[in-house]
This record gives sequence, structure tokens and C-alpha cells, in this order.
Amino acid sequence: MYRLIVSLIFLMFSVSSVLAGVSAPKELKDLYFGEALYDAYQGDWFDAISRLDTELAQHYGLDDPKRDTLYYHVNQAEFAVGDFELAYRMHLRAGRAIKAVIEGNVSEPVRNEAIFRLARIYFQKNEPANALYAVKRIRGAVPPNIRDDLAFLRAQIFMANGQFAKSASILKDLQGAKSLEGFSTYNLGIALLKEGKKVEGCQYLDRTGQIKSKDDLTLAIRDKSDLVLGTKLLKEKKFEAAKQVLDRVRLKGPFSNRALLGSGWADAFEGRFKRALVPWSLLATRDVTDASVQEAMIAVPYAYGKLNVYSKAAVMYNSALKKFGTEIDKLDASIKSVREGYFLKALVREELKQDADWVVKLRKLPQTPETYYLLELMASHNFQESLKNYLDLEELRKKLETWNGDLDAFEDIIEKRRAYYQPLLPAIDREFRRLDSQMRLRLEQRNRIQKRLKNMLVVPRPDYLATTKERVISEQITQLEQHLTTGGSSVPDGIKTRIERLRGVLKWNIYTQYDRRLTETYEHLRDLNHEVDRLKRQYTAFVRTRQAATQSYEGYDDVIRRQRFLIREAREKVGELMARQGRMLESMAENELNKRRRRLAEFQIKVRFAMADSYDRAIRAQAQEKMER
Amino acid sequence: MFCWLRGAIIGISVLVLSFAAYAQEISKEQIKGLDEQVQEIKSDVLSIAANLNQLEEKLLYPSNTQVAVFVSLVTGETFRLDSVDIQLDGKPVTHHIYTFKELQALQKGGVQRIYTGNIRTGDHDLQVSVLGKSAGGTDLQNTKRFKVNKGIGPKIVEVSLTAQGITFKDR
Repeated sequence: MYRLIVSLIFLMFSVSSVLAGVSAPKELKDLYFGEALYDAYQGDWFDAISRLDTELAQHYGLDDPKRDTLYYHVNQAEFAVGDFELAYRMHLRAGRAIKAVIEGNVSEPVRNEAIFRLARIYFQKNEPANALYAVKRIRGAVPPNIRDDLAFLRAQIFMANGQFAKSASILKDLQGAKSLEGFSTYNLGIALLKEGKKVEGCQYLDRTGQIKSKDDLTLAIRDKSDLVLGTKLLKEKKFEAAKQVLDRVRLKGPFSNRALLGSGWADAFEGRFKRALVPWSLLATRDVTDASVQEAMIAVPYAYGKLNVYSKAAVMYNSALKKFGTEIDKLDASIKSVREGYFLKALVREELKQDADWVVKLRKLPQTPETYYLLELMASHNFQESLKNYLDLEELRKKLETWNGDLDAFEDIIEKRRAYYQPLLPAIDREFRRLDSQMRLRLEQRNRIQKRLKNMLVVPRPDYLATTKERVISEQITQLEQHLTTGGSSVPDGIKTRIERLRGVLKWNIYTQYDRRLTETYEHLRDLNHEVDRLKRQYTAFVRTRQAATQSYEGYDDVIRRQRFLIREAREKVGELMARQGRMLESMAENELNKRRRRLAEFQIKVRFAMADSYDRAIRAQAQEKMER
Repeated sequence: MFCWLRGAIIGISVLVLSFAAYAQEISKEQIKGLDEQVQEIKSDVLSIAANLNQLEEKLLYPSNTQVAVFVSLVTGETFRLDSVDIQLDGKPVTHHIYTFKELQALQKGGVQRIYTGNIRTGDHDLQVSVLGKSAGGTDLQNTKRFKVNKGIGPKIVEVSLTAQGITFKDR
């Protein structure tokens, strides 16, 4: 039962964020955007925002963002980051992000969707005037998937601004929207009542109270509608009608206790105390911490008293008195536990966060307050927001603590890298410089050869392609000639002819083989080019690795020092805010527990008088009975 | 006496049926003021997170050696994914067992970065093993090997899963 109450109340609070869920693109081009969605779908808003922020910053920092994979999803990513910030209760930043979309160069439907989201932020932050101003800026085409939600939001905004007629008019048009079943009808009823159209308003509340559905949220709003209408009818003294409406509320729903109490009073006001005993007796057996149950515990003996069964009434008053005493002791212990800080300690326990019913289970922990008394408080908007902030701050505190440790680890890594690379690098650099100069020389040679070959295509130079052997022979012939002509003598005729023949053979070979040699030289140059390319690749890889080696330990000191400073500052601020937020939560809990304690104390006094009165009447009745006998 | 009690109870019942005002001692302004300060510190911590992400990437996964493996489910897949095991060049590098929330996030279209690491440029062997259960309740077991070619820039690969098999997408 309590689980249901809490779950339903949480569901009702979360309905807007469920409606605002970001869906994944049909064809995902950017995997990091997909990763942000993966975090978001698990409710890890911090990681989702952090990832998407980084992606968007990188995207906008590119020279040509169109080549980036995020380009295909950039509008959706902008919306998503706004939605995630909203879910992480960063309304100020979410508003700024969405405003940036509105002011950007976007199509009409995209702009209107952005305004819708902005208006929703204002509405959720209880700024109805700003919300109204925002929705009035929506003009032209609206994406079909938000049409109903936008109309519903408009109606809620008009209602919050006191423009009930406009709100009712919109809500009337929304009666067919399946996704808003129950909510549109209930809100229409309330808008009409506020507008002064009581009969029509009650009709819509009545209609909401009779909706057939299997959806938990719709059933909850149906019960709520019946409870509101029944209470209104009770106040108007239309007891029979009130009873009929209140009896429609499900016995296992979150509003069952209040409905049973009201149903009993509808009978009691008509003097039908026997009938009143039916809902009240059922209610009185439920959990004693519920305010309606506590009231039923004295309403039942009150009804017996009215039926002149004084002795039973006296006994029941006595039983209620004892139970109230026990509950007051429990409340005192709870208040003490809150004051001693156990409540906050229990709230941040990890294992409880894994469970949706964790708030209820807190009570099972030693020295924690009786959370059943705090259920309604815990479901209230202010407490929820404060609690979520406190839990977020606790999460931030843990993150900052971990990051501080990460920085220590980073420094260790850097130190180890420095210790490894620094002694090795000078020798490597020396060797590299030697090889580098050799490489440059070879490359220059290659370039020269290439240039010469290119020129030879225009002006053939067969002598350039003479082999080493031919060059040596040519040199030897020249030396022989010089030797023979030493001292001014001329070369003998026979020898001269032989020398010329030798030169002729050499020239013949060089000139006749020129084409083949040129082709072969080109082939060799091509092979050389392959080798040079390989060399260049290796060179680049070496340079990159060499750079990476230095970059792996240099240039981090300032960054790490700055991050340490920022983390320290943030930790101090988080600590201070946690203390303030914690005190606020404790005050809320303590106030609530005190309020319930005061109420029970009042009950005790009244029950004591009623019990004494019942005993007197029982004794008088017995005496009268004896006299009559 | 009973009239007095009745009056008292009616008064209380109206209180119970009306919407209660909680913790009146704490004003809305106080709550709003603190909330704005919490929003500010969240923003500050997010900016620290962004800087640390960059630092971590530069320090631990430089782009010339970085490899990232992502896991996704093909749209409409309803099989229950229990675990994914990744091996790179014959060495197990990561193993992940899925929670219900994680599985739901994948089914909605989220993509999980299951592994980020460092490899040399060139060809590498990637082995993906998947365990799960089909919609009909039969056990699913699938292992596939792929070739990953690492260039100069960061290497991003996507492993897309269905009940029938594993698809590799080189990004």
C-alpha cells in the first residue's frame, strides 16, 4: 500500500519528464551521441550532459562542422542537452541552451519545439507569467509529436495565470487525446470550477472518476478526482452524493484511506452511524501511522457511542489512547533521530538508491525515523526537490573525491613516464639526428637524379648513363693518352688508331644502349621512390612517437595544478551546500514529525475526555438497566 | 460532550482532506535560493568533468593509439543480452554483464562504449563473444572475429548485436 502511494506520487511528479523523453535517431551516425543517450536512458544525467557538452564543444570547434558525424544530429543534441539539464534540475542552464536554439538559424517546427520546452521549464519552476510569454511566441507549424503536450501545457499555464476560461477551452479540445486520458478531464473539471461553472466542473470531475483504464497513472488521477469531488460535496452537505463518489475510490489505491474516512463522515452526518462504521472499521485496522487511520480510530468509538454502545466505545477509546501513546513515543524517537543526523545518513545510503521504494525502507534501518510519518512530506514537491539536490550534492562530493584520487594517479603515471623516457631520449635523439642528415642527403641526391632524368627527355645525354666500368675505361684511355704525350711527343699512329677504336666502342655502347638504359634508370627511380616513401612513413611514425613520448609526460603540471585547485574549491562549496541542504531537509522532517505529534497529543486529550464520558454513560446505562429490572 | 468531539474530529478531517502545507518555517525563497546555488555548483563540476575528460583522453588514450569499441542493439531487438566479452589480439580486454537498466537503455537506442584502449597502427584481431537468452527463452551464445585496421587517428568500431548474430561496423 505505502509502496503504491510513494510510487504513484513519484510517477505523478515525473509525468512531465517522461513526456519529454529524448528518442534515439533512426540512423545513428555519431556513436558518442548514442553514448550520451545510453547514460540518459539510465538516468545518469551528469554523465550524459558531460558527454554531450564535450561532443558539442568539439563539433562547434571544428573548421568544417559539416564533416563531423554529430552534424546529422546537432539539433537533436542541442535539445537533448537541454532536456538532460532539465532532468538534472539545472533549469537555468537548460533555459540558456534552449534559448540558443530559439535564436539560432532553425526551421519553424524546431524553433516552436524549443519554445515549448522553454515554456515547460518556466512552468515547472513556478514562473507562470514567463511561461505564458513563452508559449505566446509559438507561431506556425508545430511538430505533430508535441501538439497534444503543447496544448496541455498551454492549458496548465493559463490556469496558473488565472485565465480559467481559456484553459477550459483548450482542455475541451483535448478530451480525445489518449496520452492525456484522465489528466485532461480532471484539469478541465478544476478549470471550470475555478471559473465558477460549478455544475459543469463537477460533471467533468465525475466523468474522470468513472474512466475505465488499466494504467496506474490514469487510475490514480481517477481516484484523486473522486476524492476532490467527494470532499467538495461533503462541504456542500450533499452527503448521499458524496458517499457515492467517495465509494468509487479503489480500496487499494493511494487515496483509499482519505476516501474511506470521508465516506464514513457522509453517513455520520446523515445520522447513519451503523453504515458509517463499515468504512471506518475497515480503515481503523490499517497502518496506525496514517492520519486518516488515526482519525478513524476515534471515529469508530464515536459512532458506537452514538449507537448507545458505550462500553464498547470506552474500550475502543482506551485502545486508541494506548496506540496514540506508542505512536507519540515513536515520533519522539524519530525527532531525536533526525536531530542526531541519522535521517540524512540513511538518505544517502547506496543500497537504498537502487530500490524505487527506498524511502519506505529507510524505517527498517536502526535509529532512522519512522518514515511512514514522512511519506506525504517526502512526496511533496519542495521536499523532493531538496532531497534530489542533497543526493546530487552527495554524488558530486563522491565524484570530486574520486577525481582528486585520479589526479594523484595521473601524476604517478607522468612521473613513471618521465623516469623511463628522459634517460633514453638524448641517445635516441643523437642517433636520429645522424640518420636524419643522412636521409636528407640521400633525398637531395634522388631529387637531383629525378631532375636530370627529366631534362634528358628533352635533351638526351647518353654520357650521363655510362656505367661505372665504362667511366673507368674512359678515364684509363685518357690517362694513357696523357702518358703517351708527356714531354710534347705525339701518340704513335698505330696506338692512336687503337685508342680511337676503343673510344668508338665505348661511345657506340653508350649511345646504342641509351634508350634501354634510360628505361632501366626510370625503373630504378620508381623502385627508389617506393623505398623513399617507406622511409618517409617510418620517419613520420618516428617523429610522431617521439612527440608522443614527450607529450606523455610534459605540459601537464599546470593543468593538473589548476584542476586540483578547482576540485578543492568545488569540494568546499559542495560541503557547505550539503550542510545547508541537509539542515533544510532535517527541518522539514522535524516540522512534519512535530506537526503529527501535536495532532496526536490533541487526540489524546480529546480521547481521554471521550473515554471518561463513555465510561460514565456505560455505568449510568448499566445502573438504569438494573433499576428497570 | 459528543457534539464537542464531533466538532473537533470534523475540524481535523477537513485538515486531513485538504492539501497540507509542509514545513512552513522554510520559505520558498530559501528553497529557491539554495536550489540556484546547487545549480551553479553542478555547472562548475560539469566543467571540471569536461576538463578531466580531455586530460584523461590526452594522457591515457592519445589519438594515435586510441581504440574505442561501442556496443549497440539493432532496432526492435528484444532478446535478453546477458554479457559481452571483448578480446583484442587474443587478450581479453573487457567483459560486461548487463543490468536491466542497461539493457533497456540499449533497446531504446543508446550505445555503450564498452572499451577504450591503446593499440599500435596496423591490423588487429577483435573477438566479440555474446551471451543471452532469446525471447522464447533459449540460450544464445555467439562469438565472432573481426579485423580492425588502426590508422593514425582514433579508431572507433561499433559492434551491433541481434539474436541472430554480431555485425561489425568500422567507423
